[in-house]
Amino acid sequence: MTEKFKRVDGRGLEELRKIEAKIGTIKRADGSAYFAFGKSRAIAAAYGPRQLFPQHLQNPEQVLLRCYYDMLSFSVTERKRPGPSRRGSEISYEATKALEPAVLVELFPNTVIDIYANILEADASTRCAAVNAASMALANGGVPMSELVTAVSIGKLDKTLVVDVCKEEEDYEEGEGATDIATAFLSKSGKLSMLHIDGNIRLSELKEALELAKKACKKIEEIQKETLKKVGD
Amino acid sequence: MEKKEKTEKKSERTIIVPGEVIASGTDFLPGEGTRREGKDIIALKFGLLEKSENLFKIIPLSGTYLPRVGNTVIGQVTDLTFNGWFIDLLSPHTGFLPVVECAGYVNKKDLAEYYNIGDMIVTKVRDLRSRSIELTMKDQTCKKLSGGFLIKINPTRVPRVIGKAGSMVTTIKNGTGCNIVVGQNGLIWIKGKDAESEIFAKEAIMKIVEKPFIDGLTDQIKEFLENKTKK
Amino acid sequence: MEIPKINIEKIRELLEKNKRFDGRDPLEFRKFSVEFNISSNAEGSAKVKLGDTEVIAGIKMDLLEPFTDTPEEGVLMVGAELSPMASDKFEMGPPNITSIQLARIVDRAIRESGFINFKKLCIKKGELVWAIFLDIYPINDDGNLIDASALAALFALLDAKIPELDGEKVQYGKHTNKKLPFDKIPVTVTAYKVNDSFIFDPTAEEEEAAKMKLSVSMTFDEKYKDEESASLHGVLKTGDEAIETEKLLDIIKLLIKQGKKLYDQIMEIKK
Repeated sequence: MTEKFKRVDGRGLEELRKIEAKIGTIKRADGSAYFAFGKSRAIAAAYGPRQLFPQHLQNPEQVLLRCYYDMLSFSVTERKRPGPSRRGSEISYEATKALEPAVLVELFPNTVIDIYANILEADASTRCAAVNAASMALANGGVPMSELVTAVSIGKLDKTLVVDVCKEEEDYEEGEGATDIATAFLSKSGKLSMLHIDGNIRLSELKEALELAKKACKKIEEIQKETLKKVGD
Repeated sequence: MEKKEKTEKKSERTIIVPGEVIASGTDFLPGEGTRREGKDIIALKFGLLEKSENLFKIIPLSGTYLPRVGNTVIGQVTDLTFNGWFIDLLSPHTGFLPVVECAGYVNKKDLAEYYNIGDMIVTKVRDLRSRSIELTMKDQTCKKLSGGFLIKINPTRVPRVIGKAGSMVTTIKNGTGCNIVVGQNGLIWIKGKDAESEIFAKEAIMKIVEKPFIDGLTDQIKEFLENKTKK
Repeated sequence: MEIPKINIEKIRELLEKNKRFDGRDPLEFRKFSVEFNISSNAEGSAKVKLGDTEVIAGIKMDLLEPFTDTPEEGVLMVGAELSPMASDKFEMGPPNITSIQLARIVDRAIRESGFINFKKLCIKKGELVWAIFLDIYPINDDGNLIDASALAALFALLDAKIPELDGEKVQYGKHTNKKLPFDKIPVTVTAYKVNDSFIFDPTAEEEEAAKMKLSVSMTFDEKYKDEESASLHGVLKTGDEAIETEKLLDIIKLLIKQGKKLYDQIMEIKK
């Protein structure tokens, strides 16, 4: 039944788009990375731990982690006006919370780690690309982490679950339409650190979606590790 | 030129990423940059794995400067208060040099006479507090810098630039005729008889920084220094 | 950390002997490279690397009502975002004077040079014209963002393809093969004053030591013989300090000379 479902770009149901990843792309940053799911491309730069002002923002128990997600105005088909947006703020918060559990925050009280994640080109799943780039940027920058963070989107197109949603799939309208499930997992513990669902889904479908996501994230994690290790060459 | 083969040290050259299991079993000890989780020793940082006997530690390849008591560092005076100077050490925390930690007498009414905002000083880490790095000038190596110039490298490369018992930095000093002070926080001061020799020293240091993990680096640097002076 | 005084002094000392930290001549530009179409949802885009400085520029187009004083002309809006991603010296927040100046310098170069024939972007006089939204994003700041941004903007415009129209509606995401209507290529070169010397294309550290900047945008035609025959379209002096007129004119001559070199390189790439 679901075997017969054809994805717009011919991929298998669990097939990821071509992933491209690099680190050290922004020299001035402490750590940086580039991550792309096909044409959804993100760059991230991490600065810190560094001094945090004004003082009232300082947390005496842990570092303040701030992730800023933004889309370049020309990354989308209909121009995105430069500047803060509600969607950008929401995703910035989600991305920060996705990364935080993996960072050893107690080690740097009263300081801040800033991560800037920008989308160069958008083809859905941009927040997942951003989290993947940010996670590598943090590691590349020498931030102590208990594990890496990996993100992937699962789509429910009518009743079929697919891994790594592209824009055309996001706009799917047949049957129950498209439900977008953005997830992020901590690589070692396997715990979920980001979950965002838009659409129409039942509990059993969600369970299956999360299993597919976890599986896909394992593959993505391998690519992140490989990319980080390449620096020795 | 001899090719030094160090095959037995290959495990030292393994790059590790956060969350990776380095070893399993209670025989092994978790050193810096690692921790034990149940039976496993887990990496907490991106860096090179180093094993000495049964202790595993990570040599970081990147990251901000983490001060240690006794470190010689170079910093910039950013502010004055009635009893000392705030020093920017390119570290997450600010450095503070109290008047009482100056070598010699300081007239409290004239702090700017001694170190003014913008001055660069070589200083030592005396104590670490929750919000500041306490410094002292009571050491022969400490002074205000004048002349020469400063370069900034990643603090994780400092040990390689210094070398075993200072061997690498001494090689560069001798090969260029420059005085060089290496701050553990990644700032390096170079002063020679002229700008050419200073830039020469800078190039030698940058060569080390760019490729810090090649065997026989000391010989390569020696060769670089000799070739240039021949021209 | 502010650039240490001893470094500013060293830069001055080197310049007196016509030397720089990285071995370049005072007026020498770093090598630059360009990558076109780095973002396929954009109408046009380009990434320029000038030494370690990296800037991305992209264009989106839409149909708008023209401005009342230019009812037959298309519209150009240039913006620049100095994201803290590119430098620890930048802060999050609304555009500050530096990013506004950068955008306006690039805007002037395009507008005043006649590079884009805005009349050809008119669909219906007084009612409907093409609007070009050009946004510049520095990704890594190692000095001279102005000139690098001007190059990125130029290449993004050269790369651009006009969107398809369905009557008077823009078919977002679909492009024709038609490029923008071009005329002469503008080149922007900025001179930076460090103590008493001028340098071109500074690194981030050299730029920090510079007190005054002079940006000149120019075009060259086929009959170009020497500096006197270049056309200057945008000139802006920014930063501290005043300068003698004689000195200013000398510097502009040198800027034109360097501009011609860049122009030739750009024409090579354009092929």
